Amino acid sequence: MARIDLANLAHSYSTRPRGDTDYALKTIDLTFKAGGAYALLGPSGCGKTTLLNLMSGLLTPTQGSILFDGVDVTERTSEQRNIAQVFQFPVVYDTMTVYDNLAFPLRNRGVSGEALDSRVRQIADMLGLTASLNQPARRLTADAKQKISLGRGLVRPSVSAMLFDEPLTVIDPQLKWQLRSQLKQLHRQVATTMIYVTHDQTEALTFADTVIVMFDGRIVQIGTPEELFERPNHTFVGYFIGSPGMNVLPAAVEGATAVVAGHSIPLDRQYEKSSAKTEIGIRPEFVHLAENGQGLPVRIKRIDDVGRYKLARVTLGTLPLNVMVGEDARLSGDTGSVQFDRSRLHVYRDGELVDGRA
Amino acid sequence: MTLELRNVTKRVESETHVAGVSLTLKRGALNVLLGPTLSGKTTLLRLMAGLDVPTEGQILVDGRDVTGTPVRKRSVAMVYQQFINYPNMTVYENIASPLRVARVPAAELDRRVRESAALMRLDHFLDRKPLELSGGQQQRTALARAVVKRADLLLLDEPLANLDYKLREELREELPKLFAEIGAITVYATAEPSDALLLGGNTATLSKGQITQFGPTIEVYRRPSDRETAEVFSDPPMNFMAVRIAGGKAHLPGGAVLPARGPLAGLVDGDLTLGFRANHLYLRQPGTDAIPVTAKVAIVEITGSESYVHTIFEGMRWVALAHGIHELSPGAPVELHLDPHRMFVFGRDGRLMAAPNFAAAA
Repeated sequence: MARIDLANLAHSYSTRPRGDTDYALKTIDLTFKAGGAYALLGPSGCGKTTLLNLMSGLLTPTQGSILFDGVDVTERTSEQRNIAQVFQFPVVYDTMTVYDNLAFPLRNRGVSGEALDSRVRQIADMLGLTASLNQPARRLTADAKQKISLGRGLVRPSVSAMLFDEPLTVIDPQLKWQLRSQLKQLHRQVATTMIYVTHDQTEALTFADTVIVMFDGRIVQIGTPEELFERPNHTFVGYFIGSPGMNVLPAAVEGATAVVAGHSIPLDRQYEKSSAKTEIGIRPEFVHLAENGQGLPVRIKRIDDVGRYKLARVTLGTLPLNVMVGEDARLSGDTGSVQFDRSRLHVYRDGELVDGRA
Repeated sequence: MTLELRNVTKRVESETHVAGVSLTLKRGALNVLLGPTLSGKTTLLRLMAGLDVPTEGQILVDGRDVTGTPVRKRSVAMVYQQFINYPNMTVYENIASPLRVARVPAAELDRRVRESAALMRLDHFLDRKPLELSGGQQQRTALARAVVKRADLLLLDEPLANLDYKLREELREELPKLFAEIGAITVYATAEPSDALLLGGNTATLSKGQITQFGPTIEVYRRPSDRETAEVFSDPPMNFMAVRIAGGKAHLPGGAVLPARGPLAGLVDGDLTLGFRANHLYLRQPGTDAIPVTAKVAIVEITGSESYVHTIFEGMRWVALAHGIHELSPGAPVELHLDPHRMFVFGRDGRLMAAPNFAAAA
């Protein structure tokens, strides 16, 4: 396993990039600690796969350098970097048995005999593939094939890092649960640096200790899943993390008061007056729907029963607002009141979180 | 209009893809086909479309047998997982293409293209080429092209599967409204239980080529008619345990006893299976009738606001979904609370015997 440093790194697919917009990945500096579990999370086109391909050596950066344990590997190939990769679609040799598939990366590096056999069996055991070791890979289901891809990455004990590019896309929801928790267990056992690219917040948040949220070629926030949920430092993160995302409402904020759709809302902290675009953010989890008259008046447009909870779609003035309600809640009527959990309310200026004064 | 499948079976060589499916769908309603990969969703859609002919059984439209009628003689539009657009045509021409084939007069064509585009919120992109659009807009273009035909039957095969999570969330919210405006018989195939719940309408659960249940989506979720349906319609997977009913109480493996309350009241002595969802396996006592058991932590997944605690109890793997952050070490003991009021009861044949009583949505 290796510590990976990205220094002044940027990439453009254009041969002669002119402005910022020509860069799929804008200049970043970032460190991945040895043995950490990371996720790169963002929508299509945010630069996450570009970043992954730069680290693996599939792409050479337009600018900057990549260091593995302090050694500059920018010009080295994937093989020289000793990186293992798992892609969206399983990469297995259909005609080989599961055993031979797992043994392949070791045989390629001259490992044989007892060392090879015991390692292959150990990995097969970790992944629950022992029973199918002698079967040809072509007969296996998509999730079993993806386990083999995983196993082929894990089998080399000396890899500097494992990179995952949307590895669960082709897996059924039920099996995703299994593979995801297995991957997390594997990370604990092998302690390799793992970097997982996905647009799916559940996969990113549950797998990684540190999540790197990307948007438009930039890193917008780096944090633990809890930090991203509790204190999104940009309205984009608030929207992107959480399902549904944070409610973001235009507001006028001065002192310890926000005015939203003509209603005054008290705040926990003091804020300067500003001419910047100002919004308040509150997650649907922290808005409470109450009886008429016990908060801000809203119109209830629709209630979606999604099983585990209900989602009330309401409007405050003309502003749409999502409110999460318990599965047992009985709701009636087309008007109600909402209360905001004040400690969970954030103020944003030009999209960026601002810290008020106590 | 109605579409009726009467005892439809499809075999390819020796493999049965769909087995004895009977189903009646009515105009205006959104129907979800929910099932894992290879459960028969795509086969069923192709049979409904007339792209394939059933090995046995009949397909009727408004009572008229159309079993052998090919797709081009039926009023069908289809949208696939991999959105298909003509890359060198504008969005306008993409949407117009089925009408050009049908030689629809120019004025009517223009009106209908603009109408469908507006419905799919594409009005501002009509002059663009598909590749200049986001994935969501490209899929909406494919949807608009399907809608513009005004077919009686609109079939969608995992139309959101290739889209980013957030786009999916937005389209899932918009689509039911759009489908209601179109007024066709809409059939939407997906492997994701959350798709079905957010889309609403009716859901048919599919398992191994058979429909296990068909009804209003939330009712199928709240009262799955058998264990198979409950498994298909649960994400995270439903937790199960085998119990023995004796003296009216449920005896668990390991010796714990659940009182005969809620769905467990009045059960006859014998062996049964209890099922309960992850959010109903508690880390804190939820009510006075709940009982504690001690399980072992396998792994904890934290989403930022909630924790999925994977546990092992008497050899059974259970997932608990708890509010807040719970950092528990693998291998550590954890106290779990089982609430009889939240239990599904399945008989030895897998049929549902009793279900929790939930408040209905307003």
